[in-house]
Amino acid sequence: MSNLQVSIYRYNPETDAAPYMQEFQVDTKDRDVMVLDVLHMMKEQDSTLAFRRSCREGVCGSDGMNMNGRNGLGCVTPLSDVVKNGKLTLRPLPGLPVIRDLVVDMAVFYQQYERIQPYLQNNEPEPAIERLQSPEDREKLDGLYECILCACCSTACPSFWWNPDKFVGPAGLLQSYRFLADSRDTATRERLSDLQDPFSVFRCRGIMNCVAFCPKGLNPTRAIGKIREMLLADAT
Amino acid sequence: MVTSITSFSRNGVSDWLMQRVSAVILAVYTVFMVAYLLFHPDLDYYTWSGLFEQTWMRIFSLLAFVSLAAHAWVGLWTVTTDYLNATYQRVGVQMLIILAIFVYLVWGIQLLWGA
Amino acid sequence: MSNLRSLTFDAIIIGGGGSGLRAALELAKSGKQTAVLSKVFPTRSHTVSAQGGITCAIGAADPEDDWRWHMYDTVKGSDYIADQDAAEYLCSEGPKAVFELEHMGLPFSRFDNGRIYQRPFGGQSKNFGEGGQAARTCAAADRTGHALLHTLYQNNIKNNTTFLNEWYAVDLVKNASGDVVGCIAMCIETGEVAHIKSKATVLATGGAGRIYASTTNALINTGDGIGMALRAGFPMQDMEMWQFHPTGIYGAGTLVTEGCRGEGGYLINKDGERFMERYAPNAKDLASRDVVARSMVMEMLDGRGAGEDGDHVFLKLDHLGEEVLNKRLPGICELSRTFAHVDPVHEPIPVVPTCHYMMGGIPTNVHGQAIMQDDKGNDQVINGLFACGEAACVSVHGANRLGGNSLLDLVVFGRSAGRFIESALNEGIDYLDATEADIQSAMKRLERWNGSEEGESVPELKRALQEIMQTDFGVFREEKKMQEGVKRLADLRERINNAYLPDKSNAFNTARVEALELDNLMEVAEATAISALERKESRGAHSRYDYPDRDDVNWLKHSIYFPAEKRLGKRDVNFKPKTVDTFEPKIRTY
Repeated sequence: MSNLQVSIYRYNPETDAAPYMQEFQVDTKDRDVMVLDVLHMMKEQDSTLAFRRSCREGVCGSDGMNMNGRNGLGCVTPLSDVVKNGKLTLRPLPGLPVIRDLVVDMAVFYQQYERIQPYLQNNEPEPAIERLQSPEDREKLDGLYECILCACCSTACPSFWWNPDKFVGPAGLLQSYRFLADSRDTATRERLSDLQDPFSVFRCRGIMNCVAFCPKGLNPTRAIGKIREMLLADAT
Repeated sequence: MVTSITSFSRNGVSDWLMQRVSAVILAVYTVFMVAYLLFHPDLDYYTWSGLFEQTWMRIFSLLAFVSLAAHAWVGLWTVTTDYLNATYQRVGVQMLIILAIFVYLVWGIQLLWGA
Repeated sequence: MSNLRSLTFDAIIIGGGGSGLRAALELAKSGKQTAVLSKVFPTRSHTVSAQGGITCAIGAADPEDDWRWHMYDTVKGSDYIADQDAAEYLCSEGPKAVFELEHMGLPFSRFDNGRIYQRPFGGQSKNFGEGGQAARTCAAADRTGHALLHTLYQNNIKNNTTFLNEWYAVDLVKNASGDVVGCIAMCIETGEVAHIKSKATVLATGGAGRIYASTTNALINTGDGIGMALRAGFPMQDMEMWQFHPTGIYGAGTLVTEGCRGEGGYLINKDGERFMERYAPNAKDLASRDVVARSMVMEMLDGRGAGEDGDHVFLKLDHLGEEVLNKRLPGICELSRTFAHVDPVHEPIPVVPTCHYMMGGIPTNVHGQAIMQDDKGNDQVINGLFACGEAACVSVHGANRLGGNSLLDLVVFGRSAGRFIESALNEGIDYLDATEADIQSAMKRLERWNGSEEGESVPELKRALQEIMQTDFGVFREEKKMQEGVKRLADLRERINNAYLPDKSNAFNTARVEALELDNLMEVAEATAISALERKESRGAHSRYDYPDRDDVNWLKHSIYFPAEKRLGKRDVNFKPKTVDTFEPKIRTY
């Protein structure tokens, strides 16, 4: 794959009436580099190419994108994982408005995150030291708190595509459960009552694209199932 | 909170529960029917109508019809809210679905309990 | 230029990482008109990459633990040029700041008794170096920075902080009396340029590791705050002090936490020998970072490095067992598999010292107020300008930072800056408004790039800069190479002043952002180079072949770099903590 053929989605609102695919030839010198490295090589050929990136190690969540049809982080996806027949097709995350090239407008995604009140709520007076939590209770947060808000899951979810304004989406629900599961949080009732409507949680149809694409290996579908169990227990 | 005045119960938990419970009833009814047909290879009209003469069978069938109506409404309401973005179009289709479900339900009851 | 939109705030915080968000939280709670301006969505800031933990004497691992012991370690680790009043403030206020984070919801790992898990880190001791290794670093597995940054962002949401996300600060605006009264900033999404007016401008812009070719730092760590302050004519302190982290993944530069060694991992050379036993017989692999990094380079120079070119060593973890690795170091296992193609459960990770942290920065007092010197060399507060986090040099890290002290620095001094600004605003701040000419002068740089018609490309020049810094200002330094480096940088500055931005579009023009970042990298590199050349001794992270010893007679001082004359001066180190006795400089061994 020394000469990789990359086809990439291009759109600049100032100059392009419609988006189009642009072809690049990239010399990777036969190394199995990351997709983000390829993007940097392409940007040297054409400095107008726009994409987000920051940590380049899979923890900041900036460079979520669609690579040969699969959502993931460019910085931790080696070419060997995605390239088929020497070809790589790069598109922005699906389902969100495109600002330019691979850069999408994530406002609706962040709004859903904010909607679930993503912060610890505890109405008891604060102790002079930390609140105690057993290792077992803390373990319940594993697989939840690690979310990096890259949106790979929510933008792969058909339910989120259809109702991004009403369905919280896998990322937001994973965080919702992160606080529902926290032994230090006392707002369980209020949190649950905000999730009872037919859309917020119940638009999840168990498609599990979120699980398939989460670059951190998290499982939002399981978290959503747990929220449903809590809702049911609370309502019956 | 999102309000959903046309949803079955305006509440996700009870819609969801209704969908599951009705599914179980429909599954049991289907299994019963298939088994009944298998055990009666030479089924004739008198045996068949005899079955539906039984009060328990009529109640069982009515339960299945009501379940079907509820199940269909919750499911189709979801489909319309997913795919139909124009409000008038969506409300129109939802009304048609309600009408159809109502007609089928009444018709079913008439078949069971009627003359 | 009067068609510039202006936005007015009581305080503007530039940078949405740990220190910026902590300062913002304090101000948001007080109800002041505050905005955080960040070139990335806040949770993409580099704090997110911090792994091992936040060092603080909360007494969970050892109820006897004492913040004074932590202060002793910090001062010793700094090779005695940390300001002792600042180190005292850091270590004594630390526990409150950490408990606050826990109350905000930070998911710390836990001991069986329910208290916060603490692990050993390098340079930690009990009883002022007499009581053996301490375990003082509070951790959330090996994702402490991620947990901390998200918790702070979440609590800013809770307190309705205003965010200007994906806005890029171009330059500071100064009024006729030299007070900082805001900045020029650009909305990256639309390209709109605005004048941000503010009574307090906080530079929380983080580090600038990207001046080096090999760094653990995020791509966004381009020293924007340092660049802005230098262009505004303000001095920098201790810029020669760059920490090289012992364990960056060979080839990729990504960080492997010191927590690995805290949990019992150790370094081996190509022969499998645990070489740190020779260099630091007591602390071994948990000596402070400058010591370990130098030892690694010496191993490689002596021909005991691994690989065809003998250019790396190994970090051995497999003896810890799969369960410990998965529970305590899950992120490391993931990074190692992705970037080194090595599973630490079975094989050692190839590592190499990698640029990690800028100990120097904008000199400040413990309230975050930026400081310059008057004609007589006395400290003078710069009105309107504040700094916290890695961009600031309080200085608590001196010539070498201890692992886990950076996260503590962020929250303690972010909080303290926020509090100070709140009370200053309450007392009333009244500076002259900026004139058209003042604003115009802050727009110069942006206009230069926008008007450029030909010249060299930004990525090319950035590579050249990184190459100079890597070869001439690395772990070991010497006069001749540094002189050459300073000269090469001077040439490079000319080239950058004539560089070309081909893409002049407005919508999400990342090429323009990278061009503006290049100017800042240049400022940081030059300040680093000149400071390193002029400090003629070896201290902490600054090691010179030609001056191998510490020189307390001449250099028990901060260096202070003045950009206008490109001159290096000295500033006294504070040796007067308020509640404890001074820690007198001693020979530093581990």
